[in-house]
Amino acid sequence: MPITLPADSVGLVTPQTIQFNEPLLLACGKTLDNYQLVYETYGQLNASKSNAVLICHALSGHHHAAGYHTMDDRKPGWWDAYIGPGKPIDTNKFFVVALNNLGGCHGSTGPTSINPATGKPWGPDFPKLRVRDWVASQALLADRLGIDAWAAVIGGSLGGMQAMRWALEHPERVRHCVVIASAMKLTAQNIAFNETARQAIMSDPNFCDGRYLEHNILPRNGLAVARMIGHITYLSDYAMGEKFGRDLRRGSFERGTDEPVEFQIESYLRYQGDTFANNFDANSYLLITKALDYFDLAREYNDDPVLAFSHAQAKFLVVSFSTDWRFAPDRSREIVNALMGARKAVTYAEIDSNFGHDAFLLPNPRYQQVFARYLAGIATE
Amino acid sequence: MRIDLNEIQHWIAQGSRILDLGCGDGTLLKFLIDNKQVEGYGLEIDPEQINLCIDKGLNVVEQNLDRGLGNFADKSFDTVLMTQALQTLHYPHLVLDEMLRVGKECIVTFPNFGHWKARYYLATRGRMPVSDLLPYEWYDTPNIHFCTFKDFEVLCREKNIQVIHRQVVNEKSLLTLKDVAPNLFGETAIYHLRKSV
Repeated sequence: MPITLPADSVGLVTPQTIQFNEPLLLACGKTLDNYQLVYETYGQLNASKSNAVLICHALSGHHHAAGYHTMDDRKPGWWDAYIGPGKPIDTNKFFVVALNNLGGCHGSTGPTSINPATGKPWGPDFPKLRVRDWVASQALLADRLGIDAWAAVIGGSLGGMQAMRWALEHPERVRHCVVIASAMKLTAQNIAFNETARQAIMSDPNFCDGRYLEHNILPRNGLAVARMIGHITYLSDYAMGEKFGRDLRRGSFERGTDEPVEFQIESYLRYQGDTFANNFDANSYLLITKALDYFDLAREYNDDPVLAFSHAQAKFLVVSFSTDWRFAPDRSREIVNALMGARKAVTYAEIDSNFGHDAFLLPNPRYQQVFARYLAGIATE
Repeated sequence: MRIDLNEIQHWIAQGSRILDLGCGDGTLLKFLIDNKQVEGYGLEIDPEQINLCIDKGLNVVEQNLDRGLGNFADKSFDTVLMTQALQTLHYPHLVLDEMLRVGKECIVTFPNFGHWKARYYLATRGRMPVSDLLPYEWYDTPNIHFCTFKDFEVLCREKNIQVIHRQVVNEKSLLTLKDVAPNLFGETAIYHLRKSV
């Protein structure tokens, strides 16, 4: 808990909710008649409404990207290292919008919301969403906020996929597209990790075919294992070794004792899993990982990424991290190569980091410099 | 502006598409964008130089030239440039091949190791030359593949590379000796190349 808020924090923030009553036609063919989106904003929208930046969140993210909700909060928003006064996404210059995506479980309409047709939680019946549905709903949010064009659409991982889709779906509404630790489509290995996580959830006896809320139970164990699998893949071998090594939390290997031994990494992973299981909805996890798997930027462009990006008007910043094996630098280079093939403006930096995919969330001097300098250029346009 | 950069602009067509290998802080690319309205990209691996390119609003892509230019299509640029980086590469001859594949034309500049000062230094002291232009000790120099103008032209002949233009420049170009005996008096060479057909 911060007794006083850090000077470079956006400070205390309050989420806002916006209700939409116009039917939204989804990629799956179904429509969502009514829905709400929860979002936060940081900084001031300027008179010409030209300084708005959209933050697209990744798998476990949400609208609370920066600052604190109360003085009792243990931790700030998930991207507080990068959003705030004087930080790379400088709230002295930009008006930052961060939302919880549709299908999420932090306030926006999703599987835990009540299905008006049945009066029960949507659960597994919530329409399957794709990245383009999120982009469509974000565009409607932009309309309601009076933002014609974003100075930048920014996202890491799955958020980067949304940012790229924005640049293709609404080219005239995106001046800059910042794609961090992302990919134009997942690899087979990546889909495999997601499927293993989903199977962990679905094989929990409490899952009840996704109708666990109707039974007042939660598939906590399955969701925790799913998170543990994910968490392993977001870190690097080095980072885990450095943080935990083979340190023991309890027990010993002394001869003559057979007390149970617990490694620090076991306890850490279980803690991460349990914490996540208390704060995330299993159906949301299934829905979002499916959206990740299905995403293929160039599918509708003849599987030609160059043709896909030829529709973009934005300038691009692409960033990857050396030890990220979930969204490896090679995936980012594919994006960069396609952009150069399409003759688009692009800057690319491959940041040295020991922290795997998680690096995109963590402080790193070079990453901060590249990010800050690129955005400083946007602010002076 | 380095003197070789100023000379290069004469060989670059207005509005052409440029790839600058080892673009450094982006001075040349920015100059060509402002004065020749070129479009294109700079490739660089040094983080601090990349930052300076970002400050200039340039399209800079982090890429190690020693891994080739396999991500660029044949003849996808009008001119591929490489200034003062040839001698820093592990495989300069292979990068040269790649430049000529990706660019319709190429411009290469490099320091002349056959310059009389370098020869004199080596001849009299018996040690690897250290000078204002090449201020590094042999063990920590980024310049790992030195050549003279003559060496480079032998390579061009072997590779069937056509020299469209050659310009020899010195920081202080008072003397015209460089025009008489360039491999002895020239400091920096600028070669304008294309693949012979």
